[in-house]
Amino acid sequence: MKPINTFNGKIAALPVPDIDTDRIVPARFLKVTSKDGLGEALFADWKVRADGTPDAEFPLNRPETQGATVLIAGDNFGCGSSREHAPWALQAGGFTAVLATSFANIFYSNALKNGLLPIIIDHETYEQLVSLAEEDPETQLTIDLAAQTVTLPDGRAVHFPIDGFSKVCLLNGVDQLGYLVQQDDAISAYEQRTPAPVSTLT
Amino acid sequence: MTAPQTLFAKVWDAHEVRPETAETPAVLYIDLHLIHEVTSPQAFTELRERGLKVRRPDKTIATMDHSTPTTPRNALGIIPVIDAQAAAQLGQLERNCADFGIRLFALGTENQGIVHVIGPEQGLTQPGMTIVCGDSHTSTHGAFGALAFGIGTSEVGHVLATQCLLQRRPQTCAVRVAGRLGTGVTAKDIILAIIAKYGVGGGTGYVFEYMGEAIRALSIEERMTICNMSIEGGARAGMVAPDTTTFQYVSGRPHAPQGADFERAVAYWSSLPSDAGAAFDKEMTLDADELTPMITYGTNPGMGMKITEAVPDPAQLSDHNARVALDKALAYMALQPGKPLLGHKVDVAFLGSCTNSRISDLRVAADLLKGRKVAEGVRMMVVPGSQQVKKQAEAEGLDTIFRAAGAEWREAGCSSCLGMNDDRVPAGQYCISTSNRNFEGRQGPGARTFLASPLTVVATAVSGVVTDPRTLL
Ligand code: SF4
Repeated sequence: MKPINTFNGKIAALPVPDIDTDRIVPARFLKVTSKDGLGEALFADWKVRADGTPDAEFPLNRPETQGATVLIAGDNFGCGSSREHAPWALQAGGFTAVLATSFANIFYSNALKNGLLPIIIDHETYEQLVSLAEEDPETQLTIDLAAQTVTLPDGRAVHFPIDGFSKVCLLNGVDQLGYLVQQDDAISAYEQRTPAPVSTLT
Repeated sequence: MTAPQTLFAKVWDAHEVRPETAETPAVLYIDLHLIHEVTSPQAFTELRERGLKVRRPDKTIATMDHSTPTTPRNALGIIPVIDAQAAAQLGQLERNCADFGIRLFALGTENQGIVHVIGPEQGLTQPGMTIVCGDSHTSTHGAFGALAFGIGTSEVGHVLATQCLLQRRPQTCAVRVAGRLGTGVTAKDIILAIIAKYGVGGGTGYVFEYMGEAIRALSIEERMTICNMSIEGGARAGMVAPDTTTFQYVSGRPHAPQGADFERAVAYWSSLPSDAGAAFDKEMTLDADELTPMITYGTNPGMGMKITEAVPDPAQLSDHNARVALDKALAYMALQPGKPLLGHKVDVAFLGSCTNSRISDLRVAADLLKGRKVAEGVRMMVVPGSQQVKKQAEAEGLDTIFRAAGAEWREAGCSSCLGMNDDRVPAGQYCISTSNRNFEGRQGPGARTFLASPLTVVATAVSGVVTDPRTLL
């Protein structure tokens, strides 16, 4: 995983609440056995209409949103299934951060594990960003993970929360499996001191 | 004296390898890890790349369910997998299980089925356990008083390698369901009503504990239906305190403790229910006495209503975002605001999924379907949750009832719940479904889903239009 610290990114907005993981990656794209090649799957049924033609109205199909790396979305982004294909596809689509007023738990956790930054913003900031995306599609934000701030074009810096442990992992580009593997002694000790209360899987 | 504790806290505390601190999340031990073909391949790749083994293959069980076909067996008794990509994915799971020493219930074998159906059925799911799976409906297993939740593929790798997860302690929410269910009203209607009332994000960050008279009166399989859809309310997990109903259900199953071990287990399990006066961070309530059959009209499970009500009008919503969302949903569903759904035509009826594909669901459905016919122009798919459910249903002659009515009797799997195989609903068609998600495109691109109970699905299938099952009882 690449370390993340400060980056600038162009925004694109999907101003709808409850964008579920079936929207982000429809189930028929889940037959892959690697993390690659999910760019085409990203929002596939929004990008392309049922008749097979691209939907020119879909925000991410518009020429002015090309090159966007920061996605703005409404409440409860990533609700639904646990598929980690959702953050993989967003990354394959070029995104490095998603800003939403709230996230579904599993998506949030999955995003952090892959270095896709999930940033919780307040409603006022959300509304401002959605308007900015409409008025000036070239709008860029500066995201500073160490300082936990998003800086808007008007200079306003908005603080965002993030779990300290995840932050350290992201800043250093280390993943959480490495940390867990180092807990081996503690895990063995737990297994010793905790005889299964019931005899399972026998 | 220690402070009164919740069921959740007791299970969580018993599994802390390390408690959380300000800097680090808790290291939580996992008793049972269920895996399937879709969310595990990349985790095994990770293990191989790092030269790691599966720490506890004895606590890991694999099945095939999501991308498997549910078409009939061939002359050799084999279910052929025509889709090359699905076949490759299934082959990969088989290889991974062989290489890492994991027990696999392969396609078509006697214990294969939907991951959340087979755990309970085999007695693998037990009270007080921590259970995870790379699948959001792992919440189903909470019906036994286990702490069970869905994880992503990275975390599947964590559990494979270390049998542990890094977790921040979630908050708790008491969901109190008072009263008794009336005739024709089911567990499915309880959970659809809770989500309609509190929204799809209402439980985010919480573990639900369902309690109250109505919950106590439910069978374990009905409790599973409720816990299953906890995730649709945004909750991390859903739990029900174990009681004699639970113990009786577990008793005698293949992996359940036996004899004196079982007695010891029951003594432990009996200590798990929340203590009187235990504090919850939040509370939700529902009155079962006032409940009717429920149905969804929109594109998330929170867009649900009493089956007798009219589709809400976006113009009457004050919140801008909610109005936009409802507008969009009704456009997708091609429904008129202010009109009732009763009498609305359907094209497909789906009885299946980890919400409602257990033997009790099939019995209830067959009972109503007996002597009736699926309406002309309606395709009804009946997909048992597991090979064991299928076998039991056939032993009871339920398959004969379904077939005689004109329904398709298929092999076990997720099927039309997510349309990864060919069991899709064609674009523009309406499907009345016992599954758990009515998202845009969930049952196939352009498919329109009404979520409801097995009774409502059967009543609608025989009428050809959305029908209140109470009119047929
Ligand atoms: S039946 Fe549906 S919800 Fe359940 S595990 Fe399968 S795909 Fe997921």
